[in-house]
Formats: sequence, C-alpha cells, structure tokens
Amino acid sequence: MNPAFSVIFLTTLSGTAQGVVVALALAALSGVPMSRGYQVIALGCAAVLAIVALAASFFHLGRPERAWRAAARWRTSWLSREVIVLPAFIAAAVLWAWLVARGTSAPWPPLLALLLAVALWVCTAMIYACLRFIAEWAHPFTLVTFSFTGLAAGLTLACALAATLAETPLLAAAGASALVATLLAGVARVLSLRRNAALKPRSTLRTATGITATPIRQISMGMSAGAFNTREFFHHATAATVRNVKLIALVAGFVLPAACIAWALATGAIAPWWLAVLVQAPGLVADRWLFFAQARHPQNLYYQRVA
Amino acid sequence: MLNWFARQFGSAPLHDPTATPAPDVQRDVKTTTCYMCACRCGIRVHLEAGKVRYIDGNPDHPLNKGVICAKGSAGIMKQYSPARLTQPLLRKPGTERGAGQFEPISWERAYAILVERLARIRATDPRKFAFFTGRDQMQALTGLFARQFGTPNYAAHGGFCSVNMAAGMIYTIGGSFWEFGGPDLDRAKLFVMIGTAEDHHSNPLKIAISAFKRRGGRFVSINPVRTGYSAIADEWIPIKPGTDGALFMAMLHVLIGEERVDRAFLARYTNAPQLVVLDGGERDGLFAFDPAAGPPGDGRNPHNKLVYDKASGRILHAYPEGIADGCEPALEGRYALDDGTPVAPSFQLLRERVAPCTPEWASAITGIPAARIVALAREMGDVALNQAFELPIEWTDAWGKVHPTTTARPVAFHAMRGLAAHSNGFQTVRALSVLMSVLGTIDAPGGFRHKAPYPRHIVPNYRAFNSPEMIQPNTPLNAAPLGFPASPDELAINADGSPIRIDHAFSWEHPLSAHGLMHNVITNAVNGDPYRLDTLMIFMANMAWNSTMNTEGVRAMLNARDPDDGEYRIPFIVVADAFQSEMVAFADLVLPDTTYLERHDVMSMLDRPISEFDGPVDSVRVPVVPPLGECRPFQEVIVELATRLKFPAFVNADGSRKFRDYPDFVVNFQPAPGIGFLMGWRGKDGESPLRGEPNPDQWQRYAENNCVFQYHLPRDMQFMRNWNRAYLDFAKEKGWRQRNDPVQLALYQDSLQTFRLAAEGKGGGRQPPAHLRERVVKYFDPLPFWYPPLEEAVTDTEAFPLNAITQRPMAMYHSWDSQNAWLRQIHSHNYLFVHPKTARAAGIADGGWCWIESPWGRVRCMLRDSEAVEPGTVWTWNAIGKADGAWHLAPGADESRKGFLLNHLIADTLPLGERRISNSDPVTGQAGWYDVRVRITPAEGDETSPHVQWARPDVDARAAAPHDSAEK
Amino acid sequence: MQLALVIDLNVCVGCHACVTSCKEWNTGGAAGPLTDQHAYAADPTGTFFNRVQTYEAGTFPDTETIHFPKSCLHCEDPPCVPVCPTGASYKRKEDGIVLVDYDKCIGCKYCAWACPYGARELDEGRQVMTKCTLCVDRIHDEALAPDDRKPACVKACPTNARLFGDIHDPQSDVAQAIRERDGYPLMPEWDTKPANHYLPRRVNKAP
Ligand SMILES: Nc1nc2c(c(=O)[nH]1)N[C@H]1C(S)=C(S)[C@@H](COP(=O)(O)OP(=O)(O)OC[C@H]3O[C@@H](n4cnc5c(=O)[nH]c(N)nc54)[C@H](O)[C@@H]3O)O[C@H]1N2
Ligand SMILES: Nc1nc2c(c(=O)[nH]1)N[C@H]1C(S)=C(S)[C@@H](COP(=O)(O)OP(=O)(O)OC[C@H]3O[C@@H](n4cnc5c(=O)[nH]c(N)nc54)[C@H](O)[C@@H]3O)O[C@H]1N2
Ligand code: SF4
Ligand code: SF4
Ligand code: SF4
Ligand code: SF4
Ligand code: SF4
Ligand SMILES: [Mo]
Repeated sequence: MNPAFSVIFLTTLSGTAQGVVVALALAALSGVPMSRGYQVIALGCAAVLAIVALAASFFHLGRPERAWRAAARWRTSWLSREVIVLPAFIAAAVLWAWLVARGTSAPWPPLLALLLAVALWVCTAMIYACLRFIAEWAHPFTLVTFSFTGLAAGLTLACALAATLAETPLLAAAGASALVATLLAGVARVLSLRRNAALKPRSTLRTATGITATPIRQISMGMSAGAFNTREFFHHATAATVRNVKLIALVAGFVLPAACIAWALATGAIAPWWLAVLVQAPGLVADRWLFFAQARHPQNLYYQRVA
Repeated sequence: MLNWFARQFGSAPLHDPTATPAPDVQRDVKTTTCYMCACRCGIRVHLEAGKVRYIDGNPDHPLNKGVICAKGSAGIMKQYSPARLTQPLLRKPGTERGAGQFEPISWERAYAILVERLARIRATDPRKFAFFTGRDQMQALTGLFARQFGTPNYAAHGGFCSVNMAAGMIYTIGGSFWEFGGPDLDRAKLFVMIGTAEDHHSNPLKIAISAFKRRGGRFVSINPVRTGYSAIADEWIPIKPGTDGALFMAMLHVLIGEERVDRAFLARYTNAPQLVVLDGGERDGLFAFDPAAGPPGDGRNPHNKLVYDKASGRILHAYPEGIADGCEPALEGRYALDDGTPVAPSFQLLRERVAPCTPEWASAITGIPAARIVALAREMGDVALNQAFELPIEWTDAWGKVHPTTTARPVAFHAMRGLAAHSNGFQTVRALSVLMSVLGTIDAPGGFRHKAPYPRHIVPNYRAFNSPEMIQPNTPLNAAPLGFPASPDELAINADGSPIRIDHAFSWEHPLSAHGLMHNVITNAVNGDPYRLDTLMIFMANMAWNSTMNTEGVRAMLNARDPDDGEYRIPFIVVADAFQSEMVAFADLVLPDTTYLERHDVMSMLDRPISEFDGPVDSVRVPVVPPLGECRPFQEVIVELATRLKFPAFVNADGSRKFRDYPDFVVNFQPAPGIGFLMGWRGKDGESPLRGEPNPDQWQRYAENNCVFQYHLPRDMQFMRNWNRAYLDFAKEKGWRQRNDPVQLALYQDSLQTFRLAAEGKGGGRQPPAHLRERVVKYFDPLPFWYPPLEEAVTDTEAFPLNAITQRPMAMYHSWDSQNAWLRQIHSHNYLFVHPKTARAAGIADGGWCWIESPWGRVRCMLRDSEAVEPGTVWTWNAIGKADGAWHLAPGADESRKGFLLNHLIADTLPLGERRISNSDPVTGQAGWYDVRVRITPAEGDETSPHVQWARPDVDARAAAPHDSAEK
Repeated sequence: MQLALVIDLNVCVGCHACVTSCKEWNTGGAAGPLTDQHAYAADPTGTFFNRVQTYEAGTFPDTETIHFPKSCLHCEDPPCVPVCPTGASYKRKEDGIVLVDYDKCIGCKYCAWACPYGARELDEGRQVMTKCTLCVDRIHDEALAPDDRKPACVKACPTNARLFGDIHDPQSDVAQAIRERDGYPLMPEWDTKPANHYLPRRVNKAP
C-alpha cells in the first residue's frame, strides 16, 4: 500500500493520546495520587493530540465536507465505528479533564475514557485487520502492535510530563511500565514483522486470472502512465528505503526510547524522558509507514507491468 | 428535518444511478461513417444540444454490425483535441521550416497563393507539381485533380503500405486481400493468418475470427510475434521475418509432391496447363499462342494460349477446346509445338521450381521445424480437398458449362503487411497466391473471396501514361497517373529509360509500382532526381515522421537549401492536415481540414469501397457537427481549386463553375455514362442502383439509409467470379470491368517474363539501363521464388543480428491518436519487446534502457522481456514515439521522452553498385519497412531512470501552437 | 437476479474497445464525468471503469498471450460494501449491481482497499470512488431500443467476448456459458463470489 501521511498521523497521534489517557485512567483508578494540574495538562495534551489526529484524518478524505456521513454505517463498518468512537474518546478526555479541573474526582470519567480508548484501539486496528486478504494486517498482531505502541508512547509522554511536573508517585508507578510497554511493543512489532516476512500470498497470478499455463507473467496493465491502482496500492519506494525505514522504526521507535527510559529510571533525570519522546515520535511514524508499506494488496497482482 | 436526516442516513441512494445528467436537452442520433481509421465502420453519433455525447456502432451497418473499436469509441475526444488546426497558416517570412512559426491567413489569401502558383506550374511544366496523399480514402477525387492538372506526380499511401499484397495477388488471382477481398470465415474450417496484426478491415475481421472460433474452426497464425489476433490462434507458428516465401515454397513442394492439389481446378481455371515456350529465343518463357486467336499474350488475353491434350496427344487451343469434355490437358511433361518449339505446361515448370524447396531447406531459413511445415501443408491439403463440401448453388462458367453446385474449399488464408512490407514481398505474396490456387480456394466458399469491383483482369486494364509526350502544359493527362503495367511498353519512362515520375514509379527501378512510391518523393525531389519540383502538396500523411524512412535525414532534407541561391530545394510545401502533426511544422502553407464528423465524404466504387463478399457496398459521411474554427473539408478545397484553375472537368465550356460544392460534384460528376462517385440510388427517381443518371436526392437517400448502400448479388453470382458467366457479364454492364472475359489464375506470370526478356536484351523493345539489367532479370521471375530481403545483402548480419519490426496497436491509428486524451492513456509510450535470452545476452535488464541500432541510425528505448517473440526478432508498437512538442503535447510528454520511433533506423535508400536505390521491393516499390537489421546494446548512464532525455533532441519539432496564434 | 458479465478469453483480442466505449458512455452519463489528468502532458492518467491487460504464459515457442479485461465483478458477497462508512457503496437487491452513491461518498478509499481485485478507481477530479456500474443507466432504460439495453462495453466488443445477463437464471446465455464452458471466478480463495465470470482458452489442436 502507499502509506498516506494523514492516516499515519491519525493513528500514531491518536494512539499516543489513547496511551496517555489509558495510563492516567489506570493510575487514577488504582488510586495513584496525581496533582490536579498534572492531570489537566496530561489530559489536555492527549485531547490536543487526538484532535490533531482527527484533523489529520480529514486530509485523507476526498470530500471532507461530507465527513459527517461517515458515522452512518456503524453496524457494518469499523471505519464508521472509529469515526464515532474517536470524537467520543476526545469528548471523554476533555470531560474528564474538565471535571478534574473543577475538582470532581469520580471513578466513572477515567473508566469511561479508558473504555473508549480501548474501543478506539479495537476500531482502528480492526479497520485493517478485517481486510482478510491483506494478510499482513488480518491478524491479532495488528491490534496488539497498535495498542502496545500507543500505550508505550502514551506512557512515555505521561512519564515525561510527570517527571517535569515532579509527579513522583505516578512516575514511580508508571516509569517501569513505560519501559516494559516499550519493550513489549518492540517485541510484538518484531514478531509481527517476522510473521509478515514469512507470509506466502494466497492469491497468485494464477488465481487472479485463472490462467493455468505456467509460468505466467503480466505484459501490460492496460495503461501506460498508471492509475489510481498504481498510486494507492504501491509505495513506489525502493527496497533499500524500506529497509532503512524499518531500521529507523525499530531503533528510533523502540530501542532508543527504551534506552532513554532506562537511563531516566536509573538516573532520575528529566531530560532522558523527553529525549525518549523525541526519538520515539519519528520512530513510530516510520513504524506506521512501514505498517502500510509492507501490506501487499492482492490487487497489485494486476498492476505489475507498464508496456 | 427528520425526513432529511432519514434520507441522508437511509439506505436509499441520494444519487440516482440511472438519471441522465442533462435531462432537458435536445437529443439527436445521426448516422455517419467512422474515420478514426480506414476501416470505415458505420456509427451512430448521439448528440445532446448539438454536441457529441456518445458514438456507438451502427447495428444496421453491414460492415461492423453494431460493434465499434477503441479508436471509434474515443472519436469524441478528436473533437476536443488541442492539436486541431483551425485556420489556414502561412510560414512566417524569415523563419525556418520545421520551426513551426506561422501566421494565420484567410482562405481567400490561401486560395490566391495556391491558384497563382499552380496555374503558373500548370502552364509551364506540370510535372513540377507533386500531390501525394496518405491514409485518405478519396483517391478518386485527388487522383482526378492530379490528372486534370496534368501532372504524373500523384500517388496515395499504397506504395509505403501494402502494394506488394495488392500487386502480388492481383497479378496472380485478379484480386487481393486488403479492401479487395478476404477470407470467407463463415464457411472455412481452417484459417491460416500470416503476418497480420490488426489489418485494414479490423472490425469485420474481429467479428469473423471470433465467430469462426466459436464454430469450432482451427486458427493458425504465422508471425514472429504473438499479439492481438495471434493471441487467440489455436496455434502460433513463430517465423523469422522475411522468410515466408521459403515457407510457402516448401508447402508447395509438399502439396505438389504428394499430389494434394486440385488438378481439375488447375486445368480449367488457371494457366497451369498452358504451354510455355522454352526455346531460349525472343519469346522464351512466354506462353505459346495462336496468332489467329488474338494478339500475343500480355496476360490480358487468355484465349489464345495452347495446351497439350493427353487424351488426343495433340496441342489444342487452351479455350475452349482445351477444356472441352473428353480433353485432358497435361499439367506435366515436356512437349514440342508443330514447328518444333520446345514447350512445357507452366505447372511442370512450377513443379521443377518447388522440387528443391524441401521442408528441410525452408526450415533452415524460417526457423520452423521441417515436420511442422509438412504437417501444416498436409492439413491444408486435407481440409481443402477432403473436407470440401458442396453448396447448392448452380452456376455457369465462362465457357457455358453449368455446375450444379458450388464446391467449397474450406481453407481460408489471410495475410497483410508481414508479407507485404519486405523487399521480397511481391514474390512471397505470389508464392502464397499460388499456394492458395493449387488448393482451389479462390473465390470458393470457405476460401479467399473477392469483393466488388474485384476480380480484375490479370493484368488489370489500367495502363498508366507511358510516354513523356503525354504530359503537356495546361492539359489533363489522358491516362491515369497510376496503373498496372503488363509489359515494358507500359512503363512511365523517357526514351533513355529514365523515370518520368518524381518517385520513380513505373520505371525500371520499380516497374510494377501500382500505388506509386510516396516514400521516395522527398528524397528524390531534394536530389533533383530526375528533376526538381516547385510545389509539393501533402494531404493526410505525416511524411516528416512515421510514414518516412530515414526520418532524421528526411527532416533535414525538407529544410535543405540550394547552395547556389539559398532557396529551399523543395520551394513550396503545402500540407493539408487536421492536426498539428510533425509534418505540419515543415509546411509553407497549412490547409486546416475538418474531422470526419464535420464533413461530406464518400467511400466510392471508383476508389476503395467497403464491399462485402456478396456484393458491392459504398458509403458516405455526412457532417454531424459544424466545422471547428475556419477549417474546411479538403474535398471542398480540391473542388474549389480545380474550379478556379479551370480544369475541364470542373468548369463549363464558358469557363463558369460546374459544381456548387463537393456534395454537388459527387452527385453530378460522371466519369462514364451512368457512373458516378456513388452507386446507390442512381437514376432521377433513385430506382437505378449501381448505374444510372445522377440523382439530385442521392445524399438524402444515403443519409436516410445509415449512410451506406449495399447491393446483394444473386446467389449464383457470389462465387467463382473469375469465371462466372453471369457475374462477368453483370460486372461489365455495371462498369466495374471493361471486358467480360474470365480471369485465369496466373500461376505462371508471363507479364513478369516480358520485363525479364527486355532486361536480357531480347525482343528489341524498351530495355532497362545497364545498372538495372541484372536486377530486373533476377526479380522478374515468372514463377515465385524466395530470396533474402535486399537489406540483408548490404548489411553485416553478424554485427546486426536481429530483425526489427513493428506492430499496429489496436487502440492507436499510426501517429494520429496521441492527441486523443483517452487513447493516449493506453499507449503514451512504447517499449522494445525482446526475448529474455536475447536481452540478457546483450546485457540489458527487463525495463532497462538500451540503444537499438541499425547500420543507418540508432535510438534509445526501454526494453521489455517477452516470450511471445521469435528470439532473433525485436519489435515495438508503430508510431507511438513523437517529436517533442508535436501534436500539441506538452514538452517532455511521454511520447517524446520515453517513446521512440523505429523509422529512425530504417534506410530510405540502399546501395546498388555505385548508386543508391530506394529501399523497396524491386518489383513493386513497396517500402521495405520490416527488413531492417539491428543490434541492441545497454544504454550508458542510469539505465533505469525514465527521465533520460530522448536521444534525438535535434528532432525537436515544436511547432507554434496554431491555437495560440489563432487566439491572439 | 444477479446481472453480470461473462468474458470469453478464448476470443478476446485485447482491442480495448470495451475500455474506451465504457469511458465514453459513462463520462457523459449518470456516473460521470470521468476525470482525466495531464491529458496532454507527461504521465497522462484518468478514471476508467474497465481495463484490458495482457499476460503471457509459457515459454517460447509454446507461449500463450492472453488479453484480460477487468472491471468490477459485482461480487455476490462484496467485501467493498460493508466496510463503507457512509453507505455510499451498496449492492442493489433488484439486480445485484454494486454501485457507489456519488452524493454520499466521502472519498475515504476504504472500499478500494477492501476490493481484492482493484476494480475501484477514485476519481481524482470529483474525489469520489467510482467503478463499473454495469451501465445501470442503459440496461434499464426503457427509452432505448431493447437491443441497446446492454452495457456499452458489451455492445462495442467486436469479438462478442463480453456476454451479459442474469447468472441466476439457468436459462440465460451467461449461465449456460458458465456451465458449458467452465466459466470461473477470479480469486475464488476469498469467497467474494464474483458475479462476473471468465471463460478459459480452448485450444483446437492440430490433427
Ligand atoms: N516503422 C514503420 N513505419 C511505417 C509503418 C510500419 O508498420 N512501421 N506503416 C506504414 C504504413 S502501412 C502506412 S499506411 C503509413 C501511414 O503513415 P501516414 O499516412 O503518414 O499516417 P498517419 O500517421 O496516420 O498520418 C496521417 C496524417 O493525417 C492527419 N489526419 C488525421 N485525420 C485527418 C483528417 O481528417 N484530415 C486530414 N487532412 N488529415 C488528417 C494526421 O494528423 C496525420 O498527420 O506509415 C507507414 N510507416
Ligand atoms: N488500430 C490500427 N489499425 C490499423 C492501423 C493502425 O495504425 N492502427 N493501420 C492501418 C494500416 S495503414 C495498415 S497498412 C494495416 C496493416 O495491418 P497489418 O498488416 O495487420 O499491420 P502490421 O502491424 O504491420 O502487422 C504486421 C504483422 O506482421 C508481422 N510480421 C512482420 N514481418 C513478418 C514476416 O516476415 N512474416 C510474418 N509471417 N509476419 C511478419 C508483424 O509481427 C505484425 O504482426 O492496418 C490498418 N489498421
Ligand atoms: S475500426 Fe476504424 S472505422 Fe471502425 S470503429 Fe474502429 S476506428 Fe472506426
Ligand atoms: S469486484 Fe471489488 S468493487 Fe466489485 S463488488 Fe467485488 S469487491 Fe466490490
Ligand atoms: S470511498 Fe466512498 S464508497 Fe468508498 S468506502 Fe469511502 S465513502 Fe464508501
Ligand atoms: S458494464 Fe458499463 S460500466 Fe461496466 S465496464 Fe462495461 S461499459 Fe463500463
Ligand atoms: S472489446 Fe472485447 S475483444 Fe476487445 S478487449 Fe474488450 S473484451 Fe476483448
Ligand atoms: Mo498502411
């Protein structure tokens, strides 16, 4: 597939927001003391990230003015569900922050935000995982990697904020989790990449065309300068670029952040947390690019040769 | 509100998928004839508020029966092409040709320039006006113009197209593939298609092939490449280019050797039994004849020849005695005439000719396994002779014998430029015609079928002018500029044997060049060989690009100046085109033509009608939309010029205008009594089809009848027309033929022998100049034979080991569809297709850039692997590559950046001793497009970058956009 | 009723008549206009509902060349429909045609991702998803002569390689052709049940 930056930003930013909210909600629900200011700032950050994500998603639409229509088919479409859940999640985060700011501390706002965050992960991941013929996506790994990376990014950001604002109890409770989440996310991603590398496409030119003689190859795709099908479903990057992106994704997305977190945990310094956030952000963007680029759509069988 | 909400989210669609976007506009359907290619299908043009909305095939049209092709369906985009010419243009003073700097002028000014110039030429030396036309189908009118002007220098595209096919078959069976005849796939069981990719008759052939396959027929394709039609062949037989003649000779070897021939047919309907003089004297190799029964044999008099009757052991007149009941004309043996002259039946000579042409011999030449050749020959023989069947159609032959049934010979062949476009094509096509003849599959059900006005005499009774005295100032030619010479007497040469025509047609260089040699004109005119021109008028031909060999050289020649006076060597070039082609840039005067939807046009019996097997068909175009800008139908321009120049056929005795306009001309002009451009609804009341008085309502009647007129011959006139009494009489009466004698198949072509005898110095008549004697002796063989294409002899085939050929893409017409927004998306650039082994051996990757190089030039191109090409051959789509900026394409468009034109590698002339001679068939002058030998080498630099500048920046022909100048 | 095209690869010569006739009919019809970009410049591209591709199988000299037209297959279980968030993609109950509602479509391209066949093309000009409509605005148009109530591509095809009809009606030409000529669907592994079928090559061997 050709990775679209709108979708990359949508999923990474909103995933981070979800991670922050989940971290805070779990902390709140398990009674970790947090200052009001910290909670408002962290939730505010999450809300801003999610709103930017939402805004980014509009760039993916050919007809953004009709975006509201996307809520119509929630009964069948994961995309439609995401379209409903994402604003709901933002609303829940904002509501929670507002309640915190007003001094209310009921358990239901974090619980609601937590549930919506998780639901949003399910929706987002299922958008991809439900496309059964895109084997790279149609696997629980999609949900696992989406939620783990989101959680890792969210925890790291929450901890960076906590460190800065000297939220020691939270940092004590969440600091190690950030490290664990980052490592787990990295492991999950490596495993999923290994799985993808070993995948054998079920569709072949033979099933795609029904031609039985062998070997079979395409001579012409029927147009000489490409079409939507060659723009949308091919990343057009060289193998070397893909390899480099993969390296960046794994190193910047997981290895370096984990090292920074460990450093921060070991030294108690604030800077390494932010360093972690700063390297992780492009790393996760690269990782998400890879997620799309790696998916081999069966339609590509029909679009292999200009002649 | 709620309702609105429910509607938005409900499952009922908001957008009505069946609603037309413009419900209230005026709708109209008009029928006319397509001209997105020369196939000429019937179309329905659906108009909305006077604008073209949709074009589909006309289901009531006999040619295409409702189907259409990719080009036809994209016809609407021709109307929107930015490359349209909309105003007459004059080259700006002081600018170079090819720079495309023009100023728009009025039609009055254009006429004034032309009339002044042409009148002057006509009054002094009419030869200095040359008029050549490309892919048009109105040669009846353009030819008339040239003839009335009095210039011999006229021809259409046939010479660079497929004249080998036309001449090779017409000189053998009196008709040919092309518009003149085709395979009867309705009744065939075996269909052998040779060297055809798309063909002229494209839609009908597609309809027929698919119906044939569905009926269970077997389809074999012989072609170095498997594309298009060959793709759906049951069997593909790859062959080395230029070697088909060897294949046919070997098949004849098998068929004749194994007695799989239609002997009865040969004896009655062909010259196989006729006795050939073998005395080494002045008549050596000509048919023996009885002077009392007519003049000596020139091929036009079948009734004075002799045969040997085995039954009586006597020499008899071939007709009618030789075919009388009880006679057994010998096909074999050697005999002596009463005066002792040694003779032999021509079939004996054919037998001897094919005897050494074994399948093994042919296999080494063609690359086809010998066993395959034998098997295919046997299959043909078996289907023709053993799977024959009778149609219950009684007919009477030319000698009065009544045949209670008509015998089918269900092997149909079809061939086109794969045979024609080689310099050995004439003899190859002859070999194929002889092969078809020995199987008896000529105008027989299931075989080759003629289309009216064919069959013609062998040799057709159209003599060209043959002496320089026939060209006089202010005088029309009293013979056609084009014809079919039957002997050296009919050549268009001067007393010293030099050519009269600028293109050297009908000279000793290319004696049977029935369609002229358009591809020679520019080179010869620039070299003043045999003389210089004053004005060259080009209509509908892209002579600065794809219909020219040595493209770069020709482009330079178009700009060549005389060192003495600095004048252009071709002083004045007029181009009539509808689009901003490469050629337009080189014009001094541009005449903007209409598109096919904007004009009247005729597909005339006097020219190239669209006849069907069962009878003649002609058709017209009528305008369905008004002309764009100031463009004018070229037909109108011709009629106007002819009138202003006061050509006798166009003005009354007092010099006043005879014809109001082109439609009026079409209705009222009669070259012979009762015969006009259109044959439908003749007679004052429209009740005289085919021949009759002019009918003032003729156009109306065509318009009411789908723009087409079809005449079904009675069943008993539909077959065996070479010898069909009823048909021959009918054809004479309707003016299609001058005489009603039968058309005996010329297995042995004695007309060719007359040229050979002259070259051998025998007979005392006209003789070729010394440097051409050997050539004429060699190629004017009365029996078919195979020789390697001429280019091979002058090429180092080790250095240039590959053959390079082109194919017609089905979705593009030559150069003229790159301005079509839709067709362009299918083929915006072309690749060189190469067998993977050949490509790897040359060190070029699939998709890599490479040089393709011949001894004459080279271009850079991208390569594609293909297993569907004979490994010694490389090919590409024809005419996709364009000069940068031509056709109003943006600079750097795919066509010029990634596409390429093979013509850059093809030589216009080849060395002949000390001199050079056209790279054409030595008999017919057919351009040898497919003879070029090449090698491929990796392109230096970034091999995969598609952004490499095309190798020929100096052929940048960016013409000033006529639209821009018009808008200013 | 399930209307569909059945494409006979045994006679298709790859002429592209179905490609441009489709473009022409639909660009001026209910589904249009179909956008073209860079129409006269480098890399010309545009929306087409139907493409004809070419494949080679085997090795020289036993090579087959196969022309392969492809448009929306009007799947009986179309994966492109349920994923559409707006309901713009739908399958008509009355004739099984899968359509896009251009007034609802938001151009999210998700349906195109969900089609394994690459049968949908986003119109870059209008920014809505488009695809073969089976010429729904021709085939039910009572104003047309009965013979004309066929898809534009079917009428155009010079080799009659495109059969059109109701595959659920066992008597129809298409159902018979599928039965008798081993008609097959594309990518059967995804159980999309394409309504369009293809008829394979048949070789009439030398005796
Ligand atoms: N390498 C190679 N070269 C070849 C061939 C090949 O197979 N390989 N084939 C050869 C053959 S067979 C042929 S016939 C020639 C064809 O060569 P050309 O006859 O030159 O054919 P086109 O390229 O179609 O160019 C015809 C011109 O007609 C113009 N035109 C189109 N419509 C109209 C109209 O309505 N009115 C007017 N006035 N002009 C119009 C176009 O703009 C174009 O400039 O090419 C030959 N050249
Ligand atoms: N779509 C479309 N239709 C056209 C045209 C067009 O430009 N586009 N042009 C029209 C014109 S002007 C013409 S002349 C006709 C030409 O119609 P065709 O004769 O069908 O055209 P070509 O593409 O020249 O096809 C020649 C075929 O011969 C093969 N060939 C080449 N050399 C040899 C050989 O030595 N032996 C054998 N057996 N095969 C060989 C080539 O591989 C190719 O398949 O098409 C007409 N129809
Ligand atoms: S074959 Fe030629 S005449 Fe017929 S529809 Fe196509 S372009 Fe028009
Ligand atoms: S072919 Fe693709 S677009 Fe058409 S119905 Fe099937 S899944 Fe949907
Ligand atoms: S692009 Fe349009 S039709 Fe496709 S899923 Fe999105 S809204 Fe639905
Ligand atoms: S059915 Fe209509 S929309 Fe579909 S491919 Fe054919 S012409 Fe195009
Ligand atoms: S129109 Fe018919 S023959 Fe031509 S490409 Fe389409 S399906 Fe094949
Ligand atoms: Mo031609």
